[in-house]
Amino acid sequence: MKVLVPVKRVVDYNVKVRVKADGSGVETANVKHSMNPFDEIAVEEAVRLKEAGRVEEIVAVSLGEQSSQETLRTALAMGADRAILVATDEALQPLAVAKALAALVEREQPGLVIAGKQAIDDDANQTAQMLAALLGWGQGTFACGVELGDDAVTVSREVDGGTQTVRLKLPAVVSTDLRLNEPRYVKLPNIMKAKKKQLDVIDAGELGVDLAPRLTTLNVAEPPKRQGGVKVASVAELVEKLRNEAKVI
Amino acid sequence: MDFSLNDEQTAFQEAAREFAANELAPNAARWDAEGHFPKDVLAHAGELGFCGIYADETAGGLGLPRLDAAIIFEELAGGCTSTAAFLTIHNMVTWMITTWGSESVVAEWGEALTSGQRLGSYCLTEPGAGSDAASLRTSARRDGDHYVLNGGKVFSSGAGDTDVLVVFARTGGEGPGGISAFAVPANLEGISYGRKEEKMGWNSQPTRSITFDDVHVPADNLLAEEGHGFRLAMKALDGGRINIATCSVGTAQAALAAAGRYMHERRQFGRPLADFQALQFKLADMATELVAARQMVRLAAWRLDRGDPELTTYCAMAKRFATDVGFRVCNEALQIHGGYGYIREYPLERHVRDTRVHQILEGTNEIMRLIIGRRMLADHAAEAIR
Repeated sequence: MKVLVPVKRVVDYNVKVRVKADGSGVETANVKHSMNPFDEIAVEEAVRLKEAGRVEEIVAVSLGEQSSQETLRTALAMGADRAILVATDEALQPLAVAKALAALVEREQPGLVIAGKQAIDDDANQTAQMLAALLGWGQGTFACGVELGDDAVTVSREVDGGTQTVRLKLPAVVSTDLRLNEPRYVKLPNIMKAKKKQLDVIDAGELGVDLAPRLTTLNVAEPPKRQGGVKVASVAELVEKLRNEAKVI
Repeated sequence: MDFSLNDEQTAFQEAAREFAANELAPNAARWDAEGHFPKDVLAHAGELGFCGIYADETAGGLGLPRLDAAIIFEELAGGCTSTAAFLTIHNMVTWMITTWGSESVVAEWGEALTSGQRLGSYCLTEPGAGSDAASLRTSARRDGDHYVLNGGKVFSSGAGDTDVLVVFARTGGEGPGGISAFAVPANLEGISYGRKEEKMGWNSQPTRSITFDDVHVPADNLLAEEGHGFRLAMKALDGGRINIATCSVGTAQAALAAAGRYMHERRQFGRPLADFQALQFKLADMATELVAARQMVRLAAWRLDRGDPELTTYCAMAKRFATDVGFRVCNEALQIHGGYGYIREYPLERHVRDTRVHQILEGTNEIMRLIIGRRMLADHAAEAIR
């Protein structure tokens, strides 16, 4: 079986993000980027399925600027077999990404798509679900366990109050939660091998899908600065402040 | 000319940084306090490729340039100076054995060393032969298809816990030309180890003296040829000096980052330390010198990769400069932390203790000056060294 794993290049989780002065977004120039952590979990899961003999080929896919090639190389170093970059300098929203991925699914005919449940930059948590809807495939989101059979995949899902288990007919879309696995360290020799693996770059226009954004960002602002606390002398003063200042009672 | 790392170097750097942050840094203080030699972590490092970085690919190594190795070691040192330093020594020993070992020696040790399953020590210094290494007295007498080793070594990193020793011993007359190098299995009969030395730093690797008492080493374990030992020792040390210099740079980078963070957190006189110009200037000098040191180390590594005729001088300059700067940056970072820098709850005093020895080993910084000074007084120095 072939597995398609979409990966996104995002501002590294260690970076303290700064809002651009004009409020149009966050500063991404001269900021360390890396693979979205949920996507790392998706790649790891695909590699484990391959090591277990359930999967023959892993194709990593990314959409965006040429710099996303670095992220794809990381996926290749982790164990993906080949990679595809859909190159575009336009800002992409989840619907556009889902449409582009659906077009790639048409080309590649994978039996399974494993995606991160969300990207840590916009936290949209929409792409996997939209992709499943566009393809008319079953979806197992927030996976904390994946068992791949011949014609079905069993997915354990983290839901409020416990774990839900769903069985999806293949082909299907799975999105990964944090506790599905712990991604491996990348081995130095695999970094060297990744350089020689196939990485195709195709222009976004080639896919023939409408990638235009549907949402307009009006303003991006820093969260309000946290105010320092105060000490109160008596319960009466506390109640008074809760009622009149904090307005919570 | 381009000073930026290429994609592959960036990937190596990130891989090393992640390993250092997750596997080394959280344990470094405990390993230091307990004098624990983390062989399991070294084996894990080996699985990822950190044990044979520049050893040849035919022996299981990665065959990477020293410049790439320097980038990797720097990140590892940021997690645990002492463990990273041992890894650099192991890499050097692995490179020597796989480069100059006989076919059977490489077959026996190559994969085991490059994978980190077995570890190596470098044994040059003797009680009476430190900076004057060419005066060493350990002897290797040819006896049929064996050499018989007698004598002793001191300050060998890992000794007593490693599996193979690269030993320099005298097979001929006085001076450097009478010295040969051997790959000696660490458990041969007649080898005994002294007690674990109590050291100021580098506590996650044991240091012991070694005594050789009629140790029979197969003649096949000779590295390169008889009489070539001293040349091998010096060749290895060119790279070893870059390795140690990177350990200083990596540690100093961690100390500098800690100092910067602390200046934002710590408040005195109603203001964060970051507001005081005296400390801003201190931080500025630390950063400036550290960047200079890093570039100098990379320049020397680049020359080593090219086989530059002046590489020994550049390696010596890089080692002298980066280890002095590294120690100074760690010490200043401690100073910025005030009393907290001096207590073990913070890593600064460990950084100072660990980097102090870098000014001493792989040739003291005085010997580095000797090497540089001699070259500067020889022909065409002004054109060749700049």
